[in-house]
Amino acid sequence: MSQNDSQAILSVQRLSIEFGAKRVVDDLSFALYPRQTLCIAGESGSGKSLTSLAIMGLLPKQAHTPSGAIVFENRDLLSLAERERQQLRGKDIGMIFQEPMTSLNPLMTVGQQLAETLRRHEPLSRQAIAKRCREMLEAVRMPQVEKRLTQYPHELSGGMRQRVMIAMAMLCRPKVLIADEPTTALDVTIQAQILELMRELQQQYGTSLLLITHDMGVVAEMADQVVVMNQGRVEEQAPVRQLFATPQAAYTQKLLAAVPVLGSAGIPEDLSQQPALLEVRNLSVRFALRSGWFEAGKNVHAVENLNFDLRAGETLGLVGESGCGKSTTGKALMNMLAYEGSVKLLGQELNGLHGDALQRVRRDVQMVFQDPYAALNPRKTIFELVGEPLLIHDRLPNAPRRERVAQLLHQVGLPADAMARYPHQFSGGQRQRICIARALALNPKLIIADESVSALDVSVQAQVLELLEQLREEQGLSYLFISHDMAVVERICHRVAVMYGGQIVEIGRRDQVLHNPQHAYTKRLLSAVPLPDVERKRDFKSLLQEFRTPSPIKELGFVAPVQQFVQVSEEHAVAT
Amino acid sequence: MLTFIGRRIGYSLLILLGVSLITYLLLFMLPADPARQIAGRSATPEVVAGIRAQLGLDLPFYQQYAHYLGNLLQGDLGRSYIQRSEVTELLGSRLQPSLELMAAGIGFELLIGISLGVIAALRRGGIADRLLTALSFIGVSAPQFIAAMLFLYFFAVQLEWFPMGGYGGLKHLMLPALTLGLLGSGWYSRMVRSSMIEVLHQDFIRTARAKGLSRARVVLRHVLPNAIVPIIPMIGIDIGVFMGGLVVVESVFGWPGIGQLAWQAIQQVDIPVIVGVTTICAVAIVLGNLIADLVIPLIDPRIDIKKH
Repeated sequence: MSQNDSQAILSVQRLSIEFGAKRVVDDLSFALYPRQTLCIAGESGSGKSLTSLAIMGLLPKQAHTPSGAIVFENRDLLSLAERERQQLRGKDIGMIFQEPMTSLNPLMTVGQQLAETLRRHEPLSRQAIAKRCREMLEAVRMPQVEKRLTQYPHELSGGMRQRVMIAMAMLCRPKVLIADEPTTALDVTIQAQILELMRELQQQYGTSLLLITHDMGVVAEMADQVVVMNQGRVEEQAPVRQLFATPQAAYTQKLLAAVPVLGSAGIPEDLSQQPALLEVRNLSVRFALRSGWFEAGKNVHAVENLNFDLRAGETLGLVGESGCGKSTTGKALMNMLAYEGSVKLLGQELNGLHGDALQRVRRDVQMVFQDPYAALNPRKTIFELVGEPLLIHDRLPNAPRRERVAQLLHQVGLPADAMARYPHQFSGGQRQRICIARALALNPKLIIADESVSALDVSVQAQVLELLEQLREEQGLSYLFISHDMAVVERICHRVAVMYGGQIVEIGRRDQVLHNPQHAYTKRLLSAVPLPDVERKRDFKSLLQEFRTPSPIKELGFVAPVQQFVQVSEEHAVAT
Repeated sequence: MLTFIGRRIGYSLLILLGVSLITYLLLFMLPADPARQIAGRSATPEVVAGIRAQLGLDLPFYQQYAHYLGNLLQGDLGRSYIQRSEVTELLGSRLQPSLELMAAGIGFELLIGISLGVIAALRRGGIADRLLTALSFIGVSAPQFIAAMLFLYFFAVQLEWFPMGGYGGLKHLMLPALTLGLLGSGWYSRMVRSSMIEVLHQDFIRTARAKGLSRARVVLRHVLPNAIVPIIPMIGIDIGVFMGGLVVVESVFGWPGIGQLAWQAIQQVDIPVIVGVTTICAVAIVLGNLIADLVIPLIDPRIDIKKH
């Protein structure tokens, strides 16, 4: 290491950020060294994103920095004029954001957006700019670079857009790259690709990386140094190995304990003798695409020939990446969209039910959705929200309804006085508890949980999972647990079904599927999950290759080839 | 693309058919009698009846309308009752001045509306924003004839910057166009403002700033084009409202356009002219919307008219 390497390239010194009188970041200090990766880890509201915006000079107008300094190359960024900061942004400090779907200008081509950055910071000729853009897209392993340059963002997938974002941030070879939750919105295999890319680029260009994330798996995978933040304060600052081996702060210990670790769960309780609650046979869902004057109509084959059983008291995990048809399956089981095939609940056929018969069945099947912020009507009180199913199905009078709602709230761990309040007065975790209470109101037999804990912070997530588990035991519920998160599925499910391209490719006990995967897709999926364990760093290089998902859009009259399953062991079946 | 235009033109013809039917029906039911208007006060009932038969006004409605449609298909809009000339000729001679005024008026509308909207959005909550909000309210709610009179008084009579009225060069055009533009701009400035504010909060604006672009470039290259997209279909819709203003403004400023013609025809119950003007207006509105729909995909690549 040269003398230069030992000096911090970016250091944040006793930085505070306030919104009005409210302090959201308090006395934060850290230093980023050349070629190193510093992770700021923390849950929502910890102030980690605001810190990154403060470094970029992009804080919202209402925020101000009453004290502290951000020193970059011996200059305090906070004291620079806006014009000088503009010259640093994008040139010496680049940034990637969380939402690749909305972070690119929809009206400009990829090439235009890339060239714009270079033109701003470097006096190059047209040809030189085009050449640099092309090289950078190649560096982020973009397939078909020439074509991409002329495409608009909406023509690219989320992963591709995030590659464009990275290319754009790296174009001027910045000394520091800030990545704010760069992979949170992406599927795990795409996440692995992006993480691998950032590692490669960091080595290639000698960039220092400031990575902001809530995912301890990503931290373990990427970090050299870690800052753990909570409520705007630093809880702990340590080298990554030390942080995971001997966490000092109580908060860090709690956080690490709450993180579900893939591969840690044992053999689940044996429920194979239980009767089947739900029998799904040849379930298919198709969406018709509108036909034009000169085009024949086409169908989107969202779900193709699904077969599985759900036993009484069992939790079945349905995992897969976005677009694999897992949520569509959940909706079909709720009879919320038209499907083909047979779904039987306790022997009663659900397909084709409508009117009163459907209404009666819906008592037994309830749903808990992903976003607790959007799932509750903000104009209704908790009493009205949780009591609504009772009103609809039983026309329960006010007094007994109030009693029942209080009881339900107690079951999900909320005080009875919550009844008079409105959803905005609760945190995300509490709202999800309210959603669960509402689902429980009619004593259902089956709850379909569609990504129900995905939007929650890990510590809250752990609590909600515990609640679900406890309710299952007390009330003999069964869950169909739809999730993209392998570790969460492993923690709560008895059996797991892996979906890919609208079909189940592997199904079995959780330990069978997740510890001994047989299907190529399951293997690929599992190898992409970052583990919160520094001793087991993963090599994502093999994942960088394109893995082409077959298009679900098929001509009319297309009949999918019948899947053949091989029985690996008892309960464990794999599609060939 | 061609199928899209073809289908749209098909729909447009249906709309025009509907418009002509409704106008014709309304005029048929009008208590005013064109034959009596033409004949004058002192005419005997026989003379009035003679005129009525001559104009075909004694026929039942469906025959009159079918007759009109038949002529329309041959490009014949009928003869004016009063002016003793073909409606197509009357319209033709007034089309150009009206188009000039329309182009200038809509140009001013957009120029004033968009720039005020941009300023209000960038200075959101400031004095400029509040002032512009108040002004645009006045603009939207002020009746055109009062505004036109006031402008005429201040700029033509008092300041003598512009001629009192009439048709001529740029100087004659400025005042009526400005009146139309100022009054219409309030609507656009409100919409541009809210559209801009929405775009300013988008993630890609943060990206643009993170690239180190100057403020001007962020606003002009990234915010404005995105904020304009929802405004374009509004221009198509606004043409109808604009036509209403045209009638008033042309009459006040003595601009020899279609609006003035309509004004005169209405006073004289000159049915063929009224129907002709209405048809032309309907064509303009339909055309304006079609052009707006064709322009949007040029700006927003996400909109693909082939799929519609």
